[in-house]
Amino acid sequence: MSRLLVLFSFVLLFAAGKSIAEPATPTGALGVVIERATGSVLIVDRMQHKAIDRIEGLGDLSHASVNFSPDERFAYVFGRDGGLTKIDLLERRIAKRIIQGGNSIGGAISDDGALVAVSNYEPGGIRVFDADTLDMVADIPARSKTVGLVELPARRFAWAQWDSGDAFMADLSSAEPVVTRLGATGANPYDAVLSGDGRHFVVGLFGEKGLTLFDMWEEAPAPVRFLSDYGKEGEDMPVYKMPHLQGWAVTEGQFALPAVGLHEVLWVNRDTLDETARTKTHGQPIFVLSQPASPYAWVNFAMPHNDTLQVIDSRSHEVVETLKPGAAVLHMEFSPRGHEVWVSSRDDNRIIIYDTHRREVKAEIPAQSPSGIFFTARAHRTGL
Amino acid sequence: MPDPRALLAALVLATGAGAAEIAVSEDEAAWLEHLVIQDCGSCHGLTFRGGLGSPLTPGALAHHDGPETLAHIILDGIPDTAMPPWRALLSEEQALWIARYLMDPDTRDKE
Ligand code: HEC
Repeated sequence: MSRLLVLFSFVLLFAAGKSIAEPATPTGALGVVIERATGSVLIVDRMQHKAIDRIEGLGDLSHASVNFSPDERFAYVFGRDGGLTKIDLLERRIAKRIIQGGNSIGGAISDDGALVAVSNYEPGGIRVFDADTLDMVADIPARSKTVGLVELPARRFAWAQWDSGDAFMADLSSAEPVVTRLGATGANPYDAVLSGDGRHFVVGLFGEKGLTLFDMWEEAPAPVRFLSDYGKEGEDMPVYKMPHLQGWAVTEGQFALPAVGLHEVLWVNRDTLDETARTKTHGQPIFVLSQPASPYAWVNFAMPHNDTLQVIDSRSHEVVETLKPGAAVLHMEFSPRGHEVWVSSRDDNRIIIYDTHRREVKAEIPAQSPSGIFFTARAHRTGL
Repeated sequence: MPDPRALLAALVLATGAGAAEIAVSEDEAAWLEHLVIQDCGSCHGLTFRGGLGSPLTPGALAHHDGPETLAHIILDGIPDTAMPPWRALLSEEQALWIARYLMDPDTRDKE
């Protein structure tokens, strides 16, 4: 009897191949790391501190970003060359790949996981796809590069427009998309972000000082400018890389934001939108991210200061730690509860994993020119 | 890998102009190529087909008089745009090497 069973399972193994021979990997601790120069991604396991597979053939991945389906099975990778690739993390293969535009800059997934939206530079605009089939369901052209695409509850998306200096929202909850202009943002918005409670859509400006906020809980959100005079007193320094607002720090009722053209992090009171403090930093900040369940924000920098990370305490606004993970640190991703941060060092070809409480290196993973690191827990975060 | 012709060109120019500085060395050329692809690429695309910055393919740059004009754009940036001045990080020779690299149609073929 038992011999029969063994025989039977052998037959099954051969018939089904890899997917049964290897026990299925749960996806909750997985992540995707962009290998920007080689057009590949690594699938990493957060708990094992290992790369478990590499998927190739994804095109130009400079400035690539990733979103996840609500069940954490599929990763949607948005490439610079307009490629949209859907990766199956269970079967570890490309499930579908399309070239949706000429030149794109990021994406978002609707709260129900049904729609994937892509923000394009050339031709400018937003395109929305069925998350299952990647068939296009809406094309919203713009005579501008679109930036800072975010997801809003109830199948809505918002974004800003670099050339025209305004912001828009699209509602895709019914058959025909309803597009609303939210208002003027100021010159050359470079990125935008939605607060975790879905309330504040904040747009950063490159063409002039300041940021613009929209209260998305309002019936008709209107632009509110803030920090319009930071840094007006001095000469700006060259900006060798655009800062990012994605995953910004919000702690103690404050926003922590990268200054543009200054080596500073700006702290803003969330209620009054007044500047509360500034922290002098090692370089032009790129990402200012809050370490979950802590008062700390971690910051990385534009070249030539991109071998460094700094940790700032949001209570004192003081730099409490300066770390040197490696050459060309492009991105950081926290474990959902914040016990670890994964850091990509592009020019040292590795990912460095820090224990955030000791601020010590725990492990390293080799990777080819790694840039963005994206954990599947992003599937459950509003705004992405 | 650095393009030997571009290297030679930089060498010829540097000596031709009687410059005291030595031309771009092979190590430096490798570093420059890396910088152009990765760091210029963050705005212009890794294959120079454009992003927030305009395309930097030989075709897109053909309207410039020559590498010298382009080298000046690289060093001084384009005021009131997102193109930063690179003078603090690059020498004139290095900027010229990059200009030639970008204008050289063979650069793209090597990928
Ligand atoms: C922070 C973004 C950014 C970075 C980094 C950047 N550029 Fe640019 N660059 C731009 C923008 C934007 C333009 C277009 C400006 C305009 O509107 O005319 C531009 C324009 C140019 C032009 C003029 C193109 C033309 O057709 O006249 C050249 C040449 C150029 N960049 C070279 C470089 C080089 C070389 C590097 C790296 C050393 C670099 N750029 C890095 C943003 C950037």
